[in-house]
Amino acid sequence: MVLQSLKNCLWLSCILRTPKACFWSTASGGLIIQSVSNDVYQNLAVEDWIHDHMDLEKHQVLFLWRNSPAVVIGRHQNPWQECNLRLLRQKNIKLARRRSGGGTVYHDLGNINLTFFTTRKKYERMENLKLVVKALKALRPQLDVHVTDRYDILLDRQYKISGTAAKLGRTSAYHHCTLLCNADKFVLSSVLKSPYKGLKSNATPSVPASVKNLFEEDPSLTSEMLLDAIAKEYAMQHQIDHHITVINPADETLLPGISNKTKELQTWEWVYGKTPKFSVSTCLNMTYKDSVLDVKVNMDVKHGRIEVCNIDLPEQWLPPGLYSELVKSLTGSKFCPNETTTLVTTLLRVCPQDDELHSRWSLLCENMIMLM
Amino acid sequence: VCTHRVRSCSSIRFIKSKYVCVFDKSALKFSHQQRLFRTSAVSCGQIVQFKLSDIGEGITEVTVKEWYVKEGDSVSQFDSICEVQSDKASVTITSRYDGVIRKLHYSIDDTAFVGKPLVDIEIDTSKGVAPEEDVVETPPMSHEEHTHQEIKGHKTLATPAVRRLAMENNIKLSEVVGTGKDNRILKEDILNYLAKQTGAILPPSPKAEIVPPLRKTETVPAAPKDKVRKIPVPVSRPIAFSGKDKTEPVTGFQKAMVKTMSAALKIPHFGYCDEIDLTQLVQLREELKPLAELRGVKLSFMPFFIKAASLGLLQYPILNASLDENCQNVTYKASHNIGVAMDTEQGLIVPNVKNVQVCSVFDIAVELNRLQSLGSAGQLGTSDLTGGTFTLSNIGTIGGTYTKPVILPPEVAIGALGKIQVLPRFDGKGEVFKAQIMNVSWSADHRVIDGATMARFSNLWKSYLENPASMLLDLK
Repeated sequence: MVLQSLKNCLWLSCILRTPKACFWSTASGGLIIQSVSNDVYQNLAVEDWIHDHMDLEKHQVLFLWRNSPAVVIGRHQNPWQECNLRLLRQKNIKLARRRSGGGTVYHDLGNINLTFFTTRKKYERMENLKLVVKALKALRPQLDVHVTDRYDILLDRQYKISGTAAKLGRTSAYHHCTLLCNADKFVLSSVLKSPYKGLKSNATPSVPASVKNLFEEDPSLTSEMLLDAIAKEYAMQHQIDHHITVINPADETLLPGISNKTKELQTWEWVYGKTPKFSVSTCLNMTYKDSVLDVKVNMDVKHGRIEVCNIDLPEQWLPPGLYSELVKSLTGSKFCPNETTTLVTTLLRVCPQDDELHSRWSLLCENMIMLM
Repeated sequence: VCTHRVRSCSSIRFIKSKYVCVFDKSALKFSHQQRLFRTSAVSCGQIVQFKLSDIGEGITEVTVKEWYVKEGDSVSQFDSICEVQSDKASVTITSRYDGVIRKLHYSIDDTAFVGKPLVDIEIDTSKGVAPEEDVVETPPMSHEEHTHQEIKGHKTLATPAVRRLAMENNIKLSEVVGTGKDNRILKEDILNYLAKQTGAILPPSPKAEIVPPLRKTETVPAAPKDKVRKIPVPVSRPIAFSGKDKTEPVTGFQKAMVKTMSAALKIPHFGYCDEIDLTQLVQLREELKPLAELRGVKLSFMPFFIKAASLGLLQYPILNASLDENCQNVTYKASHNIGVAMDTEQGLIVPNVKNVQVCSVFDIAVELNRLQSLGSAGQLGTSDLTGGTFTLSNIGTIGGTYTKPVILPPEVAIGALGKIQVLPRFDGKGEVFKAQIMNVSWSADHRVIDGATMARFSNLWKSYLENPASMLLDLK
């Protein structure tokens, strides 16, 4: 495997700038690049960048990348439905929304990501997955791996080791997939289990599956070996050199505009705000002094913000003025624990200074925040 | 056709009747112009049904997931219209035409079919590919060069805004290398081209909205290669600025701030300011910093300021009190829960350190570290943010000297600390020395606190910090 620093390669910059005047006329058909970064947002930004700026007529691209722990949801999914956001925040696991469709996946360094860039016309997922399977079999012929018609790769006919998603634009397209080498299955299953009840939405649901790492099947396998095998197979099929060019997603000169793309992927408006409209209909069980209160809560959330909020409290449990103040403030604010916490604590400043009142307020607000 | 349009658009002044008047997107929002546009459009435009094109892989139906346009919006060729999903593939559908969206055939979550109409777009057939043409006062170059954007049989791709920019600067699109998708010419390409021709007069960032148009001399109108290499004289032509006002509703946290600050307005504030010589404290902190680091804690100046404030509050408990709504009762709070103003992405939040009266400086530092890391992660809890009795704001870390802080109800006092500056001062012997000076600005509720109390508290606080050893005497 030959790694070449991109700064030394003039031909990549010529593909990007003046596709027609490229003097690198001998190598056609493909380009294999690997990211030096493990930041999910930077890597997703590279995908966006290639999709938007590269001319894929002459050169198809294979992009290899790995991320430090992150949960990646599909374009049209609901993160509250898909994963345990509280656990993510506690464990400092990032949440990203990709631009392609499909379901939710957990990434860590034991998972490799492959993105196949082609023109829209040459978009063909089955071919790509067959390439991956061929590479795996070439590496370890005894591996029982095959592609299903749902574009998953199964190990031993049972365990999912790869999931797929795709994005199509006007002239270009990409198909990306994961491949489980040695990911932390314990963290994977705990973060992908949502504790939030009473959610109703038309967001794309994920289809849960039993997973297994290739490492469990054959402990001699490493991520590097798998990446290399796939690159080799790609190079063979596209009749190009088995070079892997390394790129740095933070390099603005090489990828102009990439930092804006990276920033956009991290904004709240993208990650949470792009959630399709959904409603929350649940019951809070609050223990106050010696009694247990059942408080029905109904909220409609659009663009990640609370559009409608109804809290069914016993009459006079909170002074009516304060209750309406709470509902008024929640309406229009983000469905986000941090925003709600700062909001309710700030409101408390203008309430009468009564310990009883304060403890009721805190109890209700803590329970509301748990829904987010 | 043109005469008809002139009649129906009589309220719009034409500069030159030969040119079409400009209807940009914002104009469409004004109802009377929209009506006008429609009347002229009905007679001039042609409604085209834009069908959902083939997705590939034999897919025949998709789900519509998001619309990027609504009925009445203008679109340019290649603008995104909607996002559809099929079997894990998300597809961005872009417009093939310039025009106005007249009908959306599907709602969100509907199933759309390949080959069936997706949207109806009204194209203005008289204008061809570039429906928007600006009114130009002195066009030295003939329009032919702009409207026939064909180079060697290829149509040059450029949005109407880019074409206008090129025309304003007398640039032939055929001479510009496009770096966008499909060799599309982007605004940056025009700017780069201009920069090369006329030297470094253009603003360095190609993202600048304001592009001062450079005057080419009248004698060389149609030969961009022969640019006269003399110092360009800025033209007194109005600069095109396309920025728009943006109105957003006040929601969530901001709404709560509005309420709090409006309540704070009811408090009659008075201010008291002073300067503190922190020379000795600076030295002390330097000595203690490594010790704290050994224990895994970052030691700033704040723990000292906070502890000194608490010692002061023990002598002047009225500053740690709360006045009820009707101003009938004053409650002297037993705990010194000292709030520390923090600047976060959302804005100002004030978590507090609980019971400073029984904490050591080190304890305070530990707690501050915890609050700061939770604050930057956006994970502060309700208990961290409630129960404060007195607040300090270290605005000096950002800058400033004297400020006028606003009291946070239900508290009665607040202190704001400016930046530490090295300034010349006279010592006891009358000699000049380098002093580390910080300014403090206190605000207090004049209904329950008088100037003398505030001044005495401030002097006490100041004495603890100017001579840190004196804190040892009163530490509990």
